[in-house]
Amino acid sequence: MPSRSVGRSVVRKEGRGKVTGAARYIDDLTFPGLIHARTIRSTIPAGEIVDVAFGFDTSGFTLVDYRDIPGRNIVALIDDDQPCLAERLVRHVAEPILLLAHADREALLAADVRIRYREAVPTYDATTSPIAFKTIAIDKGRIDQGFREADVIVEGEYRTGHQEQLYIEPNGVIAVPEHGGVTVYGSMQCPYYVHRALKVLLDLPDDKVRVVQTETGGGFGGKEEYPSMIAGHAALVAIKAQRPVKLVYDRVEDMLATTKRHPAVIRHRTGVKRDGTLTAIDIDAVIDGGAYATLSAVVLSRGVIHATGPYRCDHIRIRGRATMTNTPPNGAFRGFGAPQTQFAAEVHMDRIAEALGIDPVRIREINALRPGDRTATGQRLGRDCSALAVLRETVKRTDFKRKWRAYARLKASRCLKASRYKEGGSRGIGLSLFFHGAGFTGGGEVKLASKASLALTDRGARILVASTEIGQGTRTMHAQIVADTLGVPYDCVDVNAADTGQVPDSGPTVASRTCMVVGRILQRCAEDMRERLGRLTPREYLKRHGPLVITREYERPTDMAWDDNSYRGDAYGTYGWACDVAEIEVDRETWEVKPIAFTTVHEIGKAIHPVLALGQIEGGSAQGLGYALLEEVVMRDGRMANAQLTNYIIPTTLDTPPIDVVILENPYKHGPFGAKGVGEMPIDGPAPAAINALRNAGFDLREIPATPERVMVSEKQEPRHALHA
Amino acid sequence: MLRDEPTLTPLAGCTDLYVALNFGTLKDTRFLDLWRLDRLRKIELRGGALSIGALATFTDLIRSTLVRKRLPMLAAAARDVGGVQIQNRGTIGGNVANASPAGDTLPVLAAADAVVVLQQAGGIRRVPFDGFYTGYRQTVRRPGELIVGIEIPPVRGRQFFRKVGTRAAQAISKIVMAGILGPATGSGRTARIALGSVAPTVVRVPRTEAALASGASIEAVQRTLMEEIAPIDDLRSTAEYRRRVAANLLARFVCGASRG
Repeated sequence: MPSRSVGRSVVRKEGRGKVTGAARYIDDLTFPGLIHARTIRSTIPAGEIVDVAFGFDTSGFTLVDYRDIPGRNIVALIDDDQPCLAERLVRHVAEPILLLAHADREALLAADVRIRYREAVPTYDATTSPIAFKTIAIDKGRIDQGFREADVIVEGEYRTGHQEQLYIEPNGVIAVPEHGGVTVYGSMQCPYYVHRALKVLLDLPDDKVRVVQTETGGGFGGKEEYPSMIAGHAALVAIKAQRPVKLVYDRVEDMLATTKRHPAVIRHRTGVKRDGTLTAIDIDAVIDGGAYATLSAVVLSRGVIHATGPYRCDHIRIRGRATMTNTPPNGAFRGFGAPQTQFAAEVHMDRIAEALGIDPVRIREINALRPGDRTATGQRLGRDCSALAVLRETVKRTDFKRKWRAYARLKASRCLKASRYKEGGSRGIGLSLFFHGAGFTGGGEVKLASKASLALTDRGARILVASTEIGQGTRTMHAQIVADTLGVPYDCVDVNAADTGQVPDSGPTVASRTCMVVGRILQRCAEDMRERLGRLTPREYLKRHGPLVITREYERPTDMAWDDNSYRGDAYGTYGWACDVAEIEVDRETWEVKPIAFTTVHEIGKAIHPVLALGQIEGGSAQGLGYALLEEVVMRDGRMANAQLTNYIIPTTLDTPPIDVVILENPYKHGPFGAKGVGEMPIDGPAPAAINALRNAGFDLREIPATPERVMVSEKQEPRHALHA
Repeated sequence: MLRDEPTLTPLAGCTDLYVALNFGTLKDTRFLDLWRLDRLRKIELRGGALSIGALATFTDLIRSTLVRKRLPMLAAAARDVGGVQIQNRGTIGGNVANASPAGDTLPVLAAADAVVVLQQAGGIRRVPFDGFYTGYRQTVRRPGELIVGIEIPPVRGRQFFRKVGTRAAQAISKIVMAGILGPATGSGRTARIALGSVAPTVVRVPRTEAALASGASIEAVQRTLMEEIAPIDDLRSTAEYRRRVAANLLARFVCGASRG
């Protein structure tokens, strides 16, 4: 019996290639006769195209516009409202209109295309936009009764901004015309999303479209739906030119044109008894979808389901709306709506505690969800509900209560006698408690019906899934699950490239589902294979019986039910639970906020690969602190004005505090080895923890990012002793 | 070469130029590489003044005991430039030539009454730092002239430097301030204060300096400074923030500990 690999930090499958530089990313690849493509984009936020003029000699160029599209001019996803190339109407800046291609990149970049427009009046305010892509209502109990039971009602409005995914490798693809169809290689999360979009766009059957993921330098959701667009563009050019076409964005184009996290405005009205018990939660959430629907409907769905935070309450009303604005479409980003709504919930929770005069730990202890409790959608939580466990562990580990009181006292004394110009800043400590559903929302996994295959090899098995390795460790973690289930050493399990010509559709690599959902299907494949093998070694089996490939499909746990019409039921298979504590220091001269310590306790069922899980949690925490304090997309006239790394500020190592990560394991019965999801949850908590720390230091912020400019204003506008209104 | 083709753009560390080139905002297409002119890298004392070759890198400045002893605020400014890689390539001459209002070392040179040494085939001329910039990214450097060095006369008094960037490293300043404060006497004290990122060029603030010299209260001096500078709202910050932070930094400088 080989030693177990699950729970051990084995060598990454693709690690050697990455650290030695042998890994080949899309821009490293080339094909004979390859030409380069460039996208001509709109420069106005709303209007009509009047005419297009070419200020250069077009011979030697391939020119593509919407009339070259053989199938439907849409990026097929949910609503089919987004054209692949604009025809007449323009709904946002940087909307693709034309494609140019040439063998010489210099000639391509020098080509001057002039487009005249008739401009229309753009809409930028999501809260007043008349067009809604999706509305969702969640009702539990009777909200009026909940407010009648309340002693105190606390209200608040919270705002979150755009956030750029900022994967290191920008979006890029190569399209190669072959066999009467097209093959697209590229940096992506979801090969089968691209496959489907290309079939619709090009009017080609399944077998004429092949999509191959190349080594991918990060995604964070930014390569969930967008690659369908860029792949469509490259494929259109390749088919017209009948040559391989490379289309790789530079950083500016990537930031200007591709999706970002939805900005949100969230209002809370909460009824609470004097002892701290929540009696009514009333939430109104608006997210800014940008110009087209893309994934806004499902981002909203995850957002509203998580909007209460991990708390129990009998009377809940949640209203959510994703609306249209004339800005580039927003889309998938790690957390997918939950970071926005849980930011609001957790900052609001500290304000409730403040209104009642109780501390932030106590209010959460009183209301945290426990096993057997029901969520806003009525889902009854199982024994793996760990809200209290993560809260208590974090509080103990950080000496939270003592520090919180000490800083609050300091704040009060500072108010009495301002002693500026002394060394040292104002310190604060803040806490956030949060949860994250793993897998697709509601009936999503049933609809996806994901498949995974396992092929027997001489020495073990080969994994065939469409799940992509984008830096998070998919190949490694899947191989560990298969190795231990099959009873072979980890090194004897290979992982096939995510190539739609070779692997089944295991669904997209999103929604914290790759381990819990796809990993579980693979585990079932391995269980079946183990049984088939009996006492034979793989080599003996192959010799005696010939090739063996086992394919299994997602099976809904029998205890799970969801009704999409009423939005009632089990929204997710299960949830991960986590608690963050951020300690910050505010510079008294510059209002700069420096995180000085960060602690997070994550309950994730089972850490298949502890180092990779730790990496996910540390990375998500750092990204969450960037979201909280630094990262601001400056939109001017519908255009991102700071689309460069000089001015879109993400944290460097020097801006990131030491991060203390604790992993707790409370197994989920339907997860492989008990594992739940881990990819997204870490980014839900840092923003509210940091903002609550600012509150502890004397700054009342309701909006992120908490740039020094906003911190300065919060100090001025909100007198520190007028909070009990 | 510059005499024959005065429109050649001189380049050294390329830490600004290459960004602009890659970004497609640079019109220049022909360059003159100065990087290997080691003669222009010297940091030495010459006739009582600190003489710094234009090609001295920020790392050279940080490591120089002469700089650390005579002009610690320049070493502090050099440490705040970009990151280590940028500090190894970027030069003080390049920082001066690039003429960004946000240049990290420029307020130090302005406050220290530095002199820019310009050379062309015909000879050398010296321009006081105060008169070197004529507008946003405009200098008195003529085509055919090279910045070969910076001369800094002896500085007496307490030095101060503070850069407020957008993050701890790899940041462009929102405001940057350098100052020299002479010893207090009965009738006030001499002060030289310069700021970056609050105007189209790095600026000295003579009215504020005069207020400090007259012995006015710190609140009055702060008010003068806030009136004297005219920062703008831009991608990186707001005018109000820059004004208030400038006033705070000044008070910290005058009332608090030295951070040079």
